[in-house]
Amino acid sequence: MITGTIAELSQALRAKQFSSVELTADVLQRIERAQPVLNAFITTDAEGAIAQARTADSTLRGGDAPPLTGIPIAHKDILMTAGLKTTCGSRMLAQFVAPYDAFVVAGLKAAGTVLIGKTNMDEFAMGSSNETSWFGPVRNPWNTDYVPGGSSGGSAAAVAARLLPATTGTDTGGSIRQPAALTGVCGLKPTYGSCSRYGLVAFASSLDQAGPFARTALDCGLMLNAMSGHDARDSTSLARPREDYTRLLREGARGKPLSGLRIGLPKEYFSEGIDSDVASAMQAMLAQFTELGATMIDLTLPHANLSVPVYYVIAPAEASSNLSRFDGVRYGHRAEHYDGLTDMYKKTRAEGFGDEVKRRILVGTYVLSHGYYDAYYLKAQQVRRLIADDFTRAYEQCDVIMGPTAPTPAFKLGDKFDNPVQMYLNDMFTVAANLTGAPAISIPCGFDNTGVPIGLQIQGNYFSEANLLRVAHHFQQATDWHARTPPHFTPDGPTETLAS
Amino acid sequence: MALTLDDVHRIAHLARIDIDASAAEQVRLKLAAIFALIDQLNGVDTEGILPMAHAQDVMLPMRDDVVTASDERALYQSVAPAIDEGLYLVPRVIE
Repeated sequence: MITGTIAELSQALRAKQFSSVELTADVLQRIERAQPVLNAFITTDAEGAIAQARTADSTLRGGDAPPLTGIPIAHKDILMTAGLKTTCGSRMLAQFVAPYDAFVVAGLKAAGTVLIGKTNMDEFAMGSSNETSWFGPVRNPWNTDYVPGGSSGGSAAAVAARLLPATTGTDTGGSIRQPAALTGVCGLKPTYGSCSRYGLVAFASSLDQAGPFARTALDCGLMLNAMSGHDARDSTSLARPREDYTRLLREGARGKPLSGLRIGLPKEYFSEGIDSDVASAMQAMLAQFTELGATMIDLTLPHANLSVPVYYVIAPAEASSNLSRFDGVRYGHRAEHYDGLTDMYKKTRAEGFGDEVKRRILVGTYVLSHGYYDAYYLKAQQVRRLIADDFTRAYEQCDVIMGPTAPTPAFKLGDKFDNPVQMYLNDMFTVAANLTGAPAISIPCGFDNTGVPIGLQIQGNYFSEANLLRVAHHFQQATDWHARTPPHFTPDGPTETLAS
Repeated sequence: MALTLDDVHRIAHLARIDIDASAAEQVRLKLAAIFALIDQLNGVDTEGILPMAHAQDVMLPMRDDVVTASDERALYQSVAPAIDEGLYLVPRVIE
């Protein structure tokens, strides 16, 4: 079994320890073995992957290969891939083959990666447990009775189970960070506008942002380098000079590498309602950062508890509008039996969408309907401003804000499935970064008493990704939480017995 | 806010989603719980607060008014449920 981080694999490929074809074949075999247990993938493309790996090998032989040449990756199945199915985890798009590549897909292709396939996800990225997928739930590699989080559950589980070194995800309210936390990997949501949304099937356009999953902060930076950039085809894509997100990671790690760093600790992130194991992991994490030289600043985000209510007005409102395009006319599912055009729409959408997606469309339709717009949508946008102002004030006092990514570690499949509000509250610490548009990363920082991982969220001001990665990197130089591997998925573990 | 079954049927019609009469009460209960969460916003004083529509306060970019798109009709229609001679087919709406 060939395993490693992007940085390690990249070096080994260049040192000719193995070829990209060998690495890719190994990854495909691992995925095949894990699939009956984890269900992390919706589509794999063995033939295409081997062909790309062959090309990568010849590029590597020629020297001057792009940084990610020959590295196998997979995309969340919400990112369009020309010629490969893009299902969004929905019956509506179960047979949909995208006519073009998303911007981030094209960027990672140009950087030399090998596309292995598409990962499972909550339907249309709506969910926090990956249980709403039309293709069945994904399971957590640390304990297969548990959910991996969502909505990018397949992408997170695949990296956690060491099936491949990195994947992409999208984050509208925590869909990269929360599953990263629940599966013990790193997941970064960049500043809104950093990664073009071209070819990202829209859920809530003012919140959606693509980002990477990987084992280390360094690998997240390497991925983001290939995913970001200006794109005229997305009107919200920001025209900024290209940056190397790994540039601050080359500083030495000796002594107190984080001296001068001010870590803001909002009291709202450390209140009651946090799982006790999560709270202990936070204390240990803070001690570690103090040792690395950082200072702690107590602060308050007075409107923090309103993030989830605001989100559940804005995201469904935008979703109800975006998902109106799925009407059974131009692409996607169409009901077989209907009586007239309106009935065709209604039956197509009733059959094509799952319960959670329908619920959010209905909420969004209601808050945008005549007579309710001011009371809900406008009100939510005003409170969104108050939340953003809280953060602006906080960053006058600190450089980063830390706290748990999620209030609890992974929970059992089925535990919250019938209680949407309880499920939504899983994102209580993550949605704010989507509402403000600022970047945030989740990295592993411990385990609970049952052995499932706990995630630390590090938030920063706009465009501070490089600094977030630096802070995460130094934590990872001093600890080994990110290097722990689920027992069944270690290089010597009983992976081969999993499928039986 | 008290969400009624009539409300549920009204918004389901607006959203063009068929809801089974037998499932409507379950839908109503779950939506009511979500609106109870949302209604926490009612207590917030937002007098004079500028609504925030977007994360970045940037102007919508403009491009030159020239044709940039190429004709991809055949490719785009290759994933359509029903087409004929380059047209999307839908149920008859005019008798």
